[in-house]
Amino acid sequence: MDILGIETSCDETSAAVLRNGRDLRSNIIASQIDLHAKTGGVVPEVASRQHVTQINAVIAEALEVAGIGLGNIGAVAVANRPGLLGALLVGVSAAKTLAYALNVPLLAVHHIEAHIYANWLVDPDIEFPVVCLVASGGHSEIFLVRGHGDYLILGRTRDDAAGEAFDKSARLLGLPYPGGIEMDRLAREGAGNPKAVPLPRAQLGPDSLDFSFSGLKTAVSYAVRDPKWAAVPKADWAASVQEAIVDALTVKTLKAAKACGVNHVLLAGGVAANSRLQTVMREACAREGLRLTVPPIRLCTDNAAMIACAGYYHLQADLVDGLDLDTRASERLA
Amino acid sequence: MIRNYQTNSAEETRSLASNLGAVLRPGDTLCLIGDLGAGKTTFTQGLALGLGLPPDEPVNSPTFMLLAEHPGGRVPLFHFDVYRLPDSSALYDLAFDEYLSGDGVVVIEWADRITDALPPDRLDIAFIAVSYDTRQITVMARGERAKEILSQL
Repeated sequence: MDILGIETSCDETSAAVLRNGRDLRSNIIASQIDLHAKTGGVVPEVASRQHVTQINAVIAEALEVAGIGLGNIGAVAVANRPGLLGALLVGVSAAKTLAYALNVPLLAVHHIEAHIYANWLVDPDIEFPVVCLVASGGHSEIFLVRGHGDYLILGRTRDDAAGEAFDKSARLLGLPYPGGIEMDRLAREGAGNPKAVPLPRAQLGPDSLDFSFSGLKTAVSYAVRDPKWAAVPKADWAASVQEAIVDALTVKTLKAAKACGVNHVLLAGGVAANSRLQTVMREACAREGLRLTVPPIRLCTDNAAMIACAGYYHLQADLVDGLDLDTRASERLA
Repeated sequence: MIRNYQTNSAEETRSLASNLGAVLRPGDTLCLIGDLGAGKTTFTQGLALGLGLPPDEPVNSPTFMLLAEHPGGRVPLFHFDVYRLPDSSALYDLAFDEYLSGDGVVVIEWADRITDALPPDRLDIAFIAVSYDTRQITVMARGERAKEILSQL
């Protein structure tokens, strides 16, 4: 059975076709990143208008690449929360229209749940329980996943998300948007020294699995103005900031895995595409004898394949939604 | 009407904001102005406490999502962050006006980016990082209701 997934919660318009929950037939992503680079971020009204312009073409391409027609779609999955309301509405309207016209189930998916499910596209036989770190521009959370649809939150950011910490620190360092990707590139290609500038890692108490990145942001804002560090090359700056963020994410995730006694760790969200995070996490998991799954970049950043995958498991559990489906700007997954 | 405060830790900033939160009513608007790391989100966390939200309510920076809604307190808190908006024209899509005239308290981080869209009766709160831990917080009442709030502090 083919599930059409649709994702428009922020600045990517995406549609995907997933066959039998395992076989990803297509995953088309139209990014607005070039558009938003001019303003340094997402402009909601512009984002919505772009989604409207692109959604039909993106869906048509997803079907064409998958080699199927509209009549072959067995269910439609769509991200309806959380996100920019105007943007979500575009995907949800398209999904409702198709579900109604084709008379197939409509499956509403939580965007963060879908990020977690990107891992099932890599390994459909993951055994529960697992610990999953979701790190993106808007989220930094550690979940214990005990079964399909069964999430327990173990830790979350108390202020900035990890991706936001990357982007805001990058701005303080004078790097272009999107700052996180640029920081990763600069640190890697310039072989930056991660110990060049000492920066804080918030512990928040011995048992806490929460994150805090606002102290790092303040520390960076002071350090860049400090003559002591004036001669530090950009690559060393990038590596130092990146290491502080990666350290915090890795230490807390491993601590969560140990506390819960799981032997498998999953990464999810756009920040999981960071090459240094993958390296450090891989080393740490190997040391602790833990399995690690990291989806490829195209499944880490916003995409519809993960929506279709989460939708597949909703359908297995008979979690079908009605045509009165609403969009919501914020909602906790757990 | 202007008041100046100095706080020497994030905890003190939250405590000041909590006192302010305790006297707020639906329809009140607070505009937070200050650089990266100046204490705007920390202040909003204190406001949430003062509005009666539970201490474990995650009040994070809404930079990425632009808006975070926090129902569940004495008065709902609508937390905007317009850091990523180039100007106020983009607010339409966020239903900004509806929140201003809604049943909650509206807090706007980086409000100086959208000055033409702000209501006339509001509290402007400016943050300056004097040192690593010390913040100078200046609260300016613009309008009658804002003066009333400030006189209760």
